[in-house]
Amino acid sequence: MRFRFTPAAIDTCAARRELLDLGAGGYVSFEGWVRDHNEGQEVMRLEYEAFQELAVKEGERIVAEALRRYPVKQALCIHRVGSLDLSAMAVWVGVSSAHRGEAFDACRFIIDEVKHRVPIWKKEHYRSGDSGWVNCERCAEPGHRHDPSHDHVHHGEPAVLAIQK
Amino acid sequence: MQLRIHYYALMREQAGRSEETLDTSAATPADLYAELLTRYGFTLTREQLKVAVNSEFSDWSQPLTAGDAVVFIPPVAGG
Repeated sequence: MRFRFTPAAIDTCAARRELLDLGAGGYVSFEGWVRDHNEGQEVMRLEYEAFQELAVKEGERIVAEALRRYPVKQALCIHRVGSLDLSAMAVWVGVSSAHRGEAFDACRFIIDEVKHRVPIWKKEHYRSGDSGWVNCERCAEPGHRHDPSHDHVHHGEPAVLAIQK
Repeated sequence: MQLRIHYYALMREQAGRSEETLDTSAATPADLYAELLTRYGFTLTREQLKVAVNSEFSDWSQPLTAGDAVVFIPPVAGG
């Protein structure tokens, strides 16, 4: 499996070994960590939930696409589910290849596509005691400014939405 | 016709359940969402969602058949 979930800490040493290839001259990895702030709120911890049956299929398709698009040797993505504290690793992507350029490109492609396509949801718990599902609730608030640079997809936003408190 | 429906994330919280079997006359996922929107007061509009039938992405107008498992997919936030 080139895309999988784990409820426990990601073992990057074991994951890296899965990428070993006699033709590889190196490998690139990306680690996504839980940070203490998002869109002006102080974050205390996160919960990840996934529709695993479809998420694994879509994740596998993304890694397969990366292997077709870029001349790399091996690629793997592991995503956490469950409750994560600050600085915990939420996602790991690794790619091995003969040369570094395509490994960087393929790694970037995989993490970008995973963020946009795989049915995984993230609930942030804030210092204020409040909590919210990212991309599902705060975008609906009147005060939420839309910075065009932020990296989540808005599926055809309506102009007005009920506010969930 | 009976359908199996699974809820995730915000929709699981708003429906107050993670799954249910539903007797419905909804012919398509679009009809089904309209029915459930009324029942549970979901805050996400259909335009914000994707839908999966039997664990594969589906069209909103694909005809449903008895026993299908339907999942509505809120905007994702992995990584």
